[in-house]
Amino acid sequence: MIRFDAVTKQFPGGTVAVDELTLTAPTGKITVLVGPSGCGKTTSLRMVNRMIEPTRGTITLDGQDTGRMNQADLRRGMGYVIQHAGLFPHRTVLDNIGTVPRLLGWDKKKTRDTSRELLERVGLAPELGERYPAQLSGGQQQRVGVARALAADPPVMLMDEPFSAVDPVVREQLQDEFLRLQGELGKTIIFVTHDIDEAIKLGDQVAVLRVGGRLAQVAEPAYLLAHPADDFVADFVGRDRGYRALGFQEAPRLSLHSEPTVVLGERPEPTDAGWLLVVDDDRHPLGWVEPRRIGDRPVAEADLHRGGTVAREHGSLRAALDAALSAPSRRGVVVDGGGVLSGTVLAHEVLNAIETTERPQRDESDPVHGGAAALRGDEDTP
Amino acid sequence: MTWLADNWNTVLTLTWRSLYLAGIPLVLGFVVSIPLGWMASRWSRTYPAIITTTGLLYTIPSLAMFVMMPVLLGTKILDPVNVIVAMTIYTVALLARTVADGLNAVPDDIAQAATAMGYRGARRLFGVELPLAAPVVAAGLRVAAVSNVSIVSVATLIGVSQLGDLLVDGYNRVIWGELLSGIIACVLLALAFDAVIVLGTRAVTPWLRVQAARA
Repeated sequence: MIRFDAVTKQFPGGTVAVDELTLTAPTGKITVLVGPSGCGKTTSLRMVNRMIEPTRGTITLDGQDTGRMNQADLRRGMGYVIQHAGLFPHRTVLDNIGTVPRLLGWDKKKTRDTSRELLERVGLAPELGERYPAQLSGGQQQRVGVARALAADPPVMLMDEPFSAVDPVVREQLQDEFLRLQGELGKTIIFVTHDIDEAIKLGDQVAVLRVGGRLAQVAEPAYLLAHPADDFVADFVGRDRGYRALGFQEAPRLSLHSEPTVVLGERPEPTDAGWLLVVDDDRHPLGWVEPRRIGDRPVAEADLHRGGTVAREHGSLRAALDAALSAPSRRGVVVDGGGVLSGTVLAHEVLNAIETTERPQRDESDPVHGGAAALRGDEDTP
Repeated sequence: MTWLADNWNTVLTLTWRSLYLAGIPLVLGFVVSIPLGWMASRWSRTYPAIITTTGLLYTIPSLAMFVMMPVLLGTKILDPVNVIVAMTIYTVALLARTVADGLNAVPDDIAQAATAMGYRGARRLFGVELPLAAPVVAAGLRVAAVSNVSIVSVATLIGVSQLGDLLVDGYNRVIWGELLSGIIACVLLALAFDAVIVLGTRAVTPWLRVQAARA
């Protein structure tokens, strides 16, 4: 657990970058610091490993004051990932990954073995290990950056906009894999971003900071979307927060309609329906076709309309609603855990479900920290 | 060129002497420049003092520098150590700045990453900063090498023999073959230094060539 206790950073010249920040990053969870530029999020992050020293206040790591710890030891115990990866251009990928283990005095073989393992873990091919960073794409470099931060298996990871310099498609991949990795590793992570969507997607809790380094609100993402503490947070969280909040709410049992289907490569039964769902031999949905355009010839790949998204049973309300809205038939396709067709659902049925689903309760006692109460638990000793 | 054929051994001996009178100071000067350049880059307040002082040393005329050495060092006037120390000073004058600028040119995100990983002191300098400064430092070394070969020839005037002897003697006695041989030997020696530095730099910076291959 990392705890900021009334931490203030004033730079020479008087600029206050962080102002009386009190915040707890729980063990094994992702805490995202998000805010516009100049809100002190990066400064806050760098105070954790003392690349910047606080002017006032203390930061504790599992109850120990980091200000009293040896700087280099503190840093070697915290993985650090930055925007452009910051890889050492003169070292091969494997040597980059092995940086901290070597600094900690591991022998060559152990370092090498660990580095190879991590290369694989972040989804890179073994032959990339002998290349130099300049020979890698931005996304690959960023993966190496994550592997390097993980090399000595530090309990804490500090991440400063690690995914913001890559294109959106790669960013989404990196985010998904990051979440998968965190699911396996359970590190205590502080993650800085200016992108509220990224914050909401990745954070177990999200701390919104305002310019001047003041904490505006810290809460779980669903709570933040439902109960922004003030206009600034509401504004920052953005316009379609009502819709995005559905992403955190599990769909209740929706009553599904059975859907007539046709197997790809076969002739459709005569029907009046405007759209017919096409499945493969194992009843995995493939797309929609218009029977009147097919006539009585077999359905081919080229006939498929693939615009509809697919929702899972027990997935989020957002996915269910999106499936209904995106299907050309307006019937949202729902599958089970194995991807096999369960049935379809209509948009108004999802809306009914939404209306009967509770939103996170507002904590009236503490609007700023209220939504983080569940995460804070009982570790929070005075 | 009959002169050269007749004096081949003399030319070789003098070339060898020039080689070490210019080469050893190059290595010594480089070694001294590393801590100086590092100080100047690390504590930016020391930069102007260190760089101006070392830079001024280069403006001392070489003959004056050679003559001063026995006084400062307490050596005999004909001792080659005088030349080696003086040439080392000239090398430092050129390289301290290059090392400081090379270290300052390490990209900020890489420096940050090194800090965050707990790199400090000598390990940081030799493991991260100096390798990345290598291309800049190498450029400085090439200038210093050529400059050394040129300046060292003046040592003939204080009685320390090397290729400069051919220039002075050839000029005084109007032996064109000797004069020309001296000039050509100096140029070849300078080119040899340059080639060694270029090849050495290539050997220690393999990552720069993969970048070039990609672009």
